[in-house]
Amino acid sequence: MKITTPHMGHLHYMLEDLFRRLDVEYVKPPPSTTRTLQIGAKHSPEFACLPLKINIGNFIEGLEAGADTLIMAGGHGPCRFGYYGIVEERILRDLGYDFKFIMLEPFIDGKRAFYKTFEMLSPGLSIRGLWKVLKLSFAKGRAFDWLYKRSLQIRAYEVNRGDTGRAIKQAEEILTLAHTAAEIEEASAEAMRIIEAVVQDPGRRVMKIGIVGEFYLLLEPFSNFGLEEILGHMDAYLERSVWVTDWIAPKRDNKIYGYPKKLVEEKAAPYLNHNVGGEGRETIGGIVMFAERGFDGVIQLLPFGCMPENIATSIIPRVQQTHDIPVLTLAFDEQTGRAGMVTRVEAFTDLLAARRKSRLAIA
Amino acid sequence: MRVGIPRSLLYYKYLPFWKTFLTELGLEVETSPLTNKKILSAGVKVAENELCVPVKAFYGHCMALRDKKVDALFVPRVVSVEERAYTCPKFLGLPDMIAAVARQLELPPLLTPKLNQREKPGEFKFQLINFARDEFGLGRLDAIAALESARLAQRQYDESLVNGMKPVDMLPASRLNQTRSRPPKEKRKRIGLLGHPYNIYDGYITQNLVARLEEMGAELTVPEMTDHHVLMKEATDVPKELYWTYEKEIMGAINHWTRNDMVDGVIYVLAFACGPDSLIQVLIEHRARMHNVPLMSLTIDEHSGEAGLITRIEAFIDMLMRKKKNSVAVA
Repeated sequence: MKITTPHMGHLHYMLEDLFRRLDVEYVKPPPSTTRTLQIGAKHSPEFACLPLKINIGNFIEGLEAGADTLIMAGGHGPCRFGYYGIVEERILRDLGYDFKFIMLEPFIDGKRAFYKTFEMLSPGLSIRGLWKVLKLSFAKGRAFDWLYKRSLQIRAYEVNRGDTGRAIKQAEEILTLAHTAAEIEEASAEAMRIIEAVVQDPGRRVMKIGIVGEFYLLLEPFSNFGLEEILGHMDAYLERSVWVTDWIAPKRDNKIYGYPKKLVEEKAAPYLNHNVGGEGRETIGGIVMFAERGFDGVIQLLPFGCMPENIATSIIPRVQQTHDIPVLTLAFDEQTGRAGMVTRVEAFTDLLAARRKSRLAIA
Repeated sequence: MRVGIPRSLLYYKYLPFWKTFLTELGLEVETSPLTNKKILSAGVKVAENELCVPVKAFYGHCMALRDKKVDALFVPRVVSVEERAYTCPKFLGLPDMIAAVARQLELPPLLTPKLNQREKPGEFKFQLINFARDEFGLGRLDAIAALESARLAQRQYDESLVNGMKPVDMLPASRLNQTRSRPPKEKRKRIGLLGHPYNIYDGYITQNLVARLEEMGAELTVPEMTDHHVLMKEATDVPKELYWTYEKEIMGAINHWTRNDMVDGVIYVLAFACGPDSLIQVLIEHRARMHNVPLMSLTIDEHSGEAGLITRIEAFIDMLMRKKKNSVAVA
């Protein structure tokens, strides 16, 4: 059995680790490229959201690379994501591919089914064994998230452009090699040391920008043209509301992000007082919190037509008015071009800079 | 107090219930006019660009009610109408979306009872009793009596739908979507018209589709003609149960029609950027292909032109006529 999954940010590091521990062969799909998106978009329904299209591309490239088993995460709505797997399986079968398809439903929807899925992959696996393996892979994922979180802040201050990127590469290598719990802890500390060692200019006047929106767009740099790096190079200090391990963790206390789900929801309540699926409510709550913490602006990312985020987008003007914070909404689909996005982001940061200047003048 | 119900979205499903309930609570109920150019363009102007056309129309209907000087707008938050399922994310956020533009558009206050029976069936009764108490200070018994009449009105409506009436026949008179002349019965084709009632029966959004099809010789079958329980049962014939009730109805309908050979062809109307439909479209097209039933997906939005629509449905019906003739000739 050769397993493959779609890409989502650095999730593949965690999966590689997990499948190695489970002794299952994992075919990492080739990194997403324009071709991935093109074949994905070609075979997907026209206004399905962008993540589905990239998923299809990843699966096809994974199958071409020799995989025979596909794994996709599930869920129970109301966002479309929970039904992705079924539709993706149908599309791929209609294209004539032959494979085994496994839908991994979330832990909270049934512990037994969750365990059974893994037992099928790795026969003889005990519940305790699975738990141990998951815990280790999860700890590794956490280490990656801490690293990236810090890098989003450090990049704004780096003296030599690109140093942060190089440090991340180096740290990633160390983290990938870690195996036991002690090693992971050690590697994590080492990774943080490497990222902190980037030469910084503490006196630099940076712009503080919060990033909110739909999780795939936030987690997968391919889908947003590496927006975080682009912003970092424009001297923007970034904080992001969604992290892979925060999202997987059964308890939604958002350790990496720093603000538990409950608090975010409370902040969103005056504007959006109900779960609308996906990250819709977290987007609104996130904007309120970034505003309260004195950030210069917020950027919202979403796939074109994303239902929860569109609800949030409809409400944002009211939040903006009340909290006096600029918000830039960027929707992505297969037609989106990098240059157009960069232009908009540049205009936005110019606006933020001008705004800050005029405020200082008044003060 | 005059309460306005926008003639859009779930209006086409639950108007009898809501209208009776509110009237019995002692309120005067006003509905917005049929969707027209003014309403839709007003909605398109304020609504977020990426929303589907029926939601954009909803904004316009709220504004039309404001112009009618109602004292409150009825915008319920319909989270779920059955266990383990949702309606559509957009219905979950609708009151908040309207509230976000309320000040800018000077809309009257909103009445937004939350209806959620995802966890427990029948829970909506208590939610409505609380709503009557909190908003109007009405006692439990008054609310229960109103609920009972509302339930009867809705049941009558649903039964008539199963008996072949269409929402357009029963909801307040419509100039649009009225069939004038039809070909003789033996020349008609059995066509399944699939899609959300708020698109299909909104004569402006779908350009009188129902009437046009009937005039061209279609004998229409719509999901509402099948008993709800049958639809829900048929809808389970998918690899994983759907969690959107209204998509389940659509999926159930196509499964039911194809299994029992009830239609010669299917026209599937979906609004551009409709999230749930964009996914089940794949399953629906597959189902039709497996059963050799011709299917046409008709995507609509606020820019859809009349001519394009007529050409496509004409071509589709012609194709069905020819197909039948050929198979007779071969036989």
